[in-house]
Amino acid sequence: MLWLHRFGSLPYFYRVSRPIALALAVPGVLLAVYGVYGGLVNAPVDYQQGDAFRILYIHVPSAWLSLFGYTSMAIAGAVALVWRLKLAEIFVVAAAPVGASFTFLALVTGSIWGKPMWGTWWVWDARLTSELILLFLYLGVIALHNAIESPRSAARACALLSVVGVINVPIIHFSVEWWNTLHQGPTVTRFGRPAMEMAMLWPLLCAALGFTLMFGWLTLWNMRAQLLWRERRSRWVKKVFSDA
Amino acid sequence: MLSVFWAVLRRDLLLAFRQRGVLVHHLLFFVLVVALFPLGTGASPAILVTVSPALIWMSVLLAALLSLQRLFKPDYEDGTLEQYLLSPEPLALIALAKVLAYWLASGLIFVLASPLLVLLLGVPASAVPVIMASLLLGTPTLGLVGAIGTALTLSLPRAGLLLSLLIFPLYVPVLIFGAGAMRAAIEGLPAAGALYLLAALLMLGISTAPFAIAAALKISME
Repeated sequence: MLWLHRFGSLPYFYRVSRPIALALAVPGVLLAVYGVYGGLVNAPVDYQQGDAFRILYIHVPSAWLSLFGYTSMAIAGAVALVWRLKLAEIFVVAAAPVGASFTFLALVTGSIWGKPMWGTWWVWDARLTSELILLFLYLGVIALHNAIESPRSAARACALLSVVGVINVPIIHFSVEWWNTLHQGPTVTRFGRPAMEMAMLWPLLCAALGFTLMFGWLTLWNMRAQLLWRERRSRWVKKVFSDA
Repeated sequence: MLSVFWAVLRRDLLLAFRQRGVLVHHLLFFVLVVALFPLGTGASPAILVTVSPALIWMSVLLAALLSLQRLFKPDYEDGTLEQYLLSPEPLALIALAKVLAYWLASGLIFVLASPLLVLLLGVPASAVPVIMASLLLGTPTLGLVGAIGTALTLSLPRAGLLLSLLIFPLYVPVLIFGAGAMRAAIEGLPAAGALYLLAALLMLGISTAPFAIAAALKISME
């Protein structure tokens, strides 16, 4: 367990995070490119949706990361609140814009996909709606961080907000589904889910893993920037810049 | 421990009733939003009845947003809040008492005023009990959840718009079940399911939100 305690030291984290981030970035980008290329070019055409389904290779990984990102923020937030770990606070703040971007990407690609499939850019479908509310939850964390001046209390406030938010995410999702069934749903909200062909599934898994590694890379990189800004008056940061 | 709960509740209620004007403002806000709405949509009864669940609940949400900003502010400004934090009594209990006092002075007014307003919108009288029940179960949850957001933005001078971004997404379940119960009652369908879910949300709020409010107050006072 001793190696874990070293991460409490911010200069140590700054030093080791660079190779870790690069170790995530290289396979992440390669896998994402391989997966997206495999999906866009190599995968067979869907017999119902034609070529339009191919946007799924970006849409599904983004949607997965929007949930993964918020959950990881909430776990880090709980750690930050209980153990007052500075790195966990910084993680919450650093992951928020990355997660929000993936959520936005999931919404945009979903909307583009919806146009040929449903004939409209937007449907008040249960999943789409809860994804939109998830985006607002992300934006709330980002806005709160921007509003509070003291970086320490801003990060702790964001940690608490993300914990409160994550308790609400399943409730929101459930309530939105309940709401949607009250209305008569649009005729094609969800396609039948045939088990996916391996040739289609394999690139999707690669893309999802690649996007996840990229999420880790971007978040770590953002954490480093946050760390430098927060500790800008400390000696080790000055040393980092004088050495560079 | 309970004595501090009653003491805070009594104090806040006393303060609220010493400023009766503010109580009337809550009511006037509610009445004004509802009364201005038909001027925008046209007075066709069919439209008004259809939109009335959304209208009632959105005006309650907006009123909560506006009034919640003052929930902790006076105590924060005159130093009472610091004394609450320093006192050995559990802060969560004090927070719960404050939210209860806030709800008695604002949410309850909406519940009592709602029959008049929904009849104004042409909602059938048979739906009124369900509407009142949904507001009775839903508005305290709005106070509990909103208080977390207020406590987090306590130190900011103008938090209004930020507060809406923080708490409106969290209000989605209450809005859906509250307006859902109301819509079902208007259409003559059973509304018990939505009311039970509102009650469940309220129980969850009472049992967890005070701790989140207390934690948020501590963060804001650091």
